[in-house]
Amino acid sequence: MSLINPGFGLVIWMTLAFGVLLWVLAKFAWPAITSALEEREKSIEEALLSAEKAKEAMEKLKVGNEELIREAKDERDTILREARALKEKMINEAKEKAQVSADKIVESARERIESEKKAALVEIKNTIATYSIDIAEKILREELKDKKKQTEYAVKLLNETSLN
Amino acid sequence: MSSILHRFGTLAFTMAFAVFFILVSINLSAQHDDHGNQNSSENWQDEIMEEEFQAGEMIIEHITDAYEWHIMTIGHTHVSVPLPIMLYDEGKFHFFMSSVFHHHDSHNGYYISHHDMNAGKLVRKNSDGEEVRPDLDFSFTKNVLAIFISMFILIFVFTSVAKAYKRREGKAPKGLQSFLEPIIIFVRDDIAKASIGEKRYKKYLPFLLTIFFFILLNNLMGIVPFFPGGANVTGNIGVTGVLALFTFIITTFSGNKNYWLHIVNAPGVPWWLKMPIPLMPVVELMGVFTKPFVLMVRLFANISAGHIIILGFISLIFIFGEIAAGAGYGVAVISVGFSIFMDILEVLVAFIQAYVFTLLSALYFGMATEEAH
Repeated sequence: MSLINPGFGLVIWMTLAFGVLLWVLAKFAWPAITSALEEREKSIEEALLSAEKAKEAMEKLKVGNEELIREAKDERDTILREARALKEKMINEAKEKAQVSADKIVESARERIESEKKAALVEIKNTIATYSIDIAEKILREELKDKKKQTEYAVKLLNETSLN
Repeated sequence: MSSILHRFGTLAFTMAFAVFFILVSINLSAQHDDHGNQNSSENWQDEIMEEEFQAGEMIIEHITDAYEWHIMTIGHTHVSVPLPIMLYDEGKFHFFMSSVFHHHDSHNGYYISHHDMNAGKLVRKNSDGEEVRPDLDFSFTKNVLAIFISMFILIFVFTSVAKAYKRREGKAPKGLQSFLEPIIIFVRDDIAKASIGEKRYKKYLPFLLTIFFFILLNNLMGIVPFFPGGANVTGNIGVTGVLALFTFIITTFSGNKNYWLHIVNAPGVPWWLKMPIPLMPVVELMGVFTKPFVLMVRLFANISAGHIIILGFISLIFIFGEIAAGAGYGVAVISVGFSIFMDILEVLVAFIQAYVFTLLSALYFGMATEEAH
């Protein structure tokens, strides 16, 4: 039966044609195609890898940034806290200083007042003494206008002095 | 530069087809026989007109090789591509065109047989009056032409795809390139790499890609019912035989020590299966030859069977048409429906058979090159 009876000519031609086809494609088509495919796959893989790396770096950078921000915030907080403390301290110190100087002023004022007072008192005393002497003089002068009274008084004074 | 080459290639390709059609038309005018067909022609179409329709003969004629490429018959005019017949017989070369048989039954004593083993083949009568084949018949037949057409298509397609890869280096594939790339990658990754292994697959990849696309293209062309399709190339046992022979030769020459050791002294098999009577070695040695034989038969049988079924459905139309014209038309509806279904199935089979042939070849190469564990 011709269906399962391979023709001799066909086998020869087929071998020839397929051989040529195999040779041509293996020389001019397949190496170019497969090497191009491999290269592209390689480049895609590399691109993916580098993208992964970039992502990692970004992640790291992000973490670093966050760290930086947190640190900055912390620092700001400390600075603020310190500033606040300093302010309070300064205010307190100023207050204290003011108190001290006020006290001093008050003290010195008091002292001055005291001394002034004393001086005034001395002056008053002196004035009073002078006035007293004046008055006494005048009184005495008035009283001792007559001789009798002068003598009486002198006697009295003498008596008093001798008694001591 | 490459675009000029590309254009030249396209031009050459178109010209080749133009030449075919010129040949066809010359042939057409040459054999327009209006004085009635006296010679009982070899074409089954005439038999439809004049004799009873023979479904079996028609199917066999469609799936076997032929000395000319018959395209169609309009009335009494045959449209066919005449092909050269080349014979070497009794120390002499004979060379003539197949179109001589349109007017004469025989040429130099050679004629196309209708009997038994030689049906459809060129024969002559020997001195005893018996039909004998010429010593060597290397005629450029229908299948040879189909093989050459697919060879040119494959060379044209893949060299241009290779050029596209060079031109668009590192870029995404485009057009034909992007259509073929997944198939090439499939053959490389799922057939070659998977069966032979990462280390050794590269050496066999060109062959595997070539047989895959050769079988696929011819399977698909075989489904197309008109020229330049319609030749039953992969459903021809000679063609599949040559393909299987290539696989067999490559397997045998790549066989390493381990492969031959497995055949002579299969490990893990009880000694009494090898020792007095070498049962296992004989079985293994038979396996070496049955593997390519099965490759040959599987592809041939699958493709031919598909064609036979489709042709069977089509024959039903004519068989019923002979009984009554109306019945023929009625059956045609169902038959065409089934044929379409079968055609779609055949497209699937075209891919599956190309895959199976390539995969098994790859597996055999893998076995031949496998290192000892």
